[in-house]
Amino acid sequence: MRGAWGVLLVSLLVCACGSASTSGEGAHGVRVGSKKFTESVILGEAATQLARSTGARATHRRELGGTAVLWEALRRGELDVYPEYTGTLRQELLSGRHLPDDAALRAALAEAGLRMSRPLGFNNTYALGMKEAEAQRLGIRRISDLRAHPALRIGFSNEFMDRADGWPALRDSYQLPQQDVRGLDHDLAYRGLESGALQLTDLYSTDAEIAAYGLRVLEDDLHHFPVYDAVLLYRQELEALAPEALAAMLRLEGRVSERDMVTLNAEARLERVPEARVAAGFLASALGITSEVRGDGLASRVWTRTREHLFLVGVSLLAAVVLAVPLGVVAARRPRLGRGVLGLTGVIQTVPSLALLVVMIPLLGIGSRPAIAALFLYSLLPIVRNTAAGLAGIPLEVRESAEALGLPERARLWRIELPMAAPSILAGIQTAAVINVGTATLGALVGAGGYGQPILTGIRLDNAALILEGAIPAAALALLVSGLFDVVERLVVPRGLRLGPASRPR
Amino acid sequence: MYELQDVSKCFGAIQALHPLSLELPTGRTTVLLGPSGCGKSTLLRLLNGLLPPDTGRVLFGGKLLPSGGEALLSVRRRVGYALQGGGLFPHLTGEENVTLMAHHLRWSAAKVRERLGALVELTRFPTDALARYPAQLSGGQRQRVALMRALMLDPDVLLLDEPLGALDPLVRHELQGDLHDIFVRLRKTVVLVTHDLAEAGFLGDNILLMRDGRVVQQGRLEDLETRPADPFVSRFIQAQRPLPGGGAGGGA
Repeated sequence: MRGAWGVLLVSLLVCACGSASTSGEGAHGVRVGSKKFTESVILGEAATQLARSTGARATHRRELGGTAVLWEALRRGELDVYPEYTGTLRQELLSGRHLPDDAALRAALAEAGLRMSRPLGFNNTYALGMKEAEAQRLGIRRISDLRAHPALRIGFSNEFMDRADGWPALRDSYQLPQQDVRGLDHDLAYRGLESGALQLTDLYSTDAEIAAYGLRVLEDDLHHFPVYDAVLLYRQELEALAPEALAAMLRLEGRVSERDMVTLNAEARLERVPEARVAAGFLASALGITSEVRGDGLASRVWTRTREHLFLVGVSLLAAVVLAVPLGVVAARRPRLGRGVLGLTGVIQTVPSLALLVVMIPLLGIGSRPAIAALFLYSLLPIVRNTAAGLAGIPLEVRESAEALGLPERARLWRIELPMAAPSILAGIQTAAVINVGTATLGALVGAGGYGQPILTGIRLDNAALILEGAIPAAALALLVSGLFDVVERLVVPRGLRLGPASRPR
Repeated sequence: MYELQDVSKCFGAIQALHPLSLELPTGRTTVLLGPSGCGKSTLLRLLNGLLPPDTGRVLFGGKLLPSGGEALLSVRRRVGYALQGGGLFPHLTGEENVTLMAHHLRWSAAKVRERLGALVELTRFPTDALARYPAQLSGGQRQRVALMRALMLDPDVLLLDEPLGALDPLVRHELQGDLHDIFVRLRKTVVLVTHDLAEAGFLGDNILLMRDGRVVQQGRLEDLETRPADPFVSRFIQAQRPLPGGGAGGGA
């Protein structure tokens, strides 16, 4: 009986999520993904606009939560293409294969049904940078030139100081003599360069700050740092399904120089131009392609996010109620089994939400499905516990009276026990709903949208207005949901239970 | 109506009821009397299957009391039950409490109305208070609702567990009178649990005085008073006598 409930529930859930995530994606649409940092979003946007320029339908799932999420989604066929780096592929995703060069990498990808474009033209790797004027004055162009300047004041990010392939390895391979090397926060390092307190720091070779602070990137003449050439990674079947769109996207090959990428990153990060417009501007100037960039107003953006958020919260909560209330009844009827159920749901509650989301991806892919499944699991504990507690709190003489009347068990449950436990059950659902509204913001990490999307973008761009665009509606929704349940309680909880002993006439 | 054969009941290490054989005659009021924890409530719960006996058999109308299922439910519908405080369902009004079972059995509205009217008259319950919730009723009114609920299906047997236990003396006295009249009018088989000697004598035809899970003496109140079976009976009766001359204890 209970097993049947579970099967029914899971199938309902899958249907609900399936219909939601497939809408808007046609058979030959191109699904582009991007990681949650600005450069990846700009490249994803550029690829999407190029695909659209051929008349193909293209969607862009922006800012997915990390390399593993995109890699899994591409392999499972939930994405068709996303921007990646050869270094990431070789050192991280396929690190077990010890691939010596790009040819070996291509062969390994082909085994998985994946293809890699030629390099887009820039290498985003660790680099060393100095103020342009200072470098000119000292005559430093390459890293090996540093050997002649042992008294140079150097500040590296703490991460670069600690990494095995960071400063210690660099010093050894270039035989660098400098002693005055400090570890510090990256932002402080830029300010130090500006004030003259520092002369050299580490950076990524396409950082927006290179343009902003007028830095010279020193040439890695001994090729110490691994190569992180940007490429487009795509599924092989795209060649057959959408050849024109693919050809258009591949026009990016060899067209984006390091200087270009620095400029584009600076536009998006420092001037706060939306990525779509940054990409469109680049496509127009570099490839002569004009693409229409649709910019939604604030109200329409918030409305879209609200719909996505409500969908996540609503479906997960509904499914949780359908399963958790019967589980709570079972827990109250059979205390030993009940302890097991409560223990299990308690353990689920302690799994960090990010970990749960990532674990869901191999099972359910990206989009709203893994987010709803995670929210569903998180909602179980408060509802199960409050249902069980509400039923256990019914006084013995009331339960005995119901039994002695000759009411069958099922009728006792529906006519007596559940109505009497209603306030407690509702409170549990209310708790679950409010927690859900907050936790659902993490759904943006796996492409589920919702209020988490602007929060994520805002954090990435250090843009408080964008963060608030997600945080304020999320807080308002939590209050609204909480208030809504107070109204529901007034409607659902029997009047006799809301009467205090004070209203009793003597 | 009831016959108990070697019935006993344990709760963990505590022998709540020692093996007991007993007959409860039809149409009579039997009172289970004794101090707290003597097993009188346990005995009562064996009669409607709220508790199963550990040993022995409970016969109801000559047949073995079923241990569960539809058969037990139908027995319970022939056995009204009311306990101390009423055990009313707080989310239902007085009327809904009384008619719950009738509605579940799909009685016609007219039949429900007619039966409710008869019970209101029988228990002298104010009609306008039927729409109130238990929290809005006085203690005596709640007990009357519990009694109506127990009588709704016109059962053959009425089991009452300290029905007047939680009431103040005036209300209690009034209800004792009403209960007596009701028992006389209905002539049902009644089993009443109390620890009050005067109440037992006033309401009961037959008294079972119990102590530590055993029946110490069975008979009419006069039998207990004039021919006590052992010193405990005398002590129990003595303890419930009015204090002589308003006296030694310093009471008013």
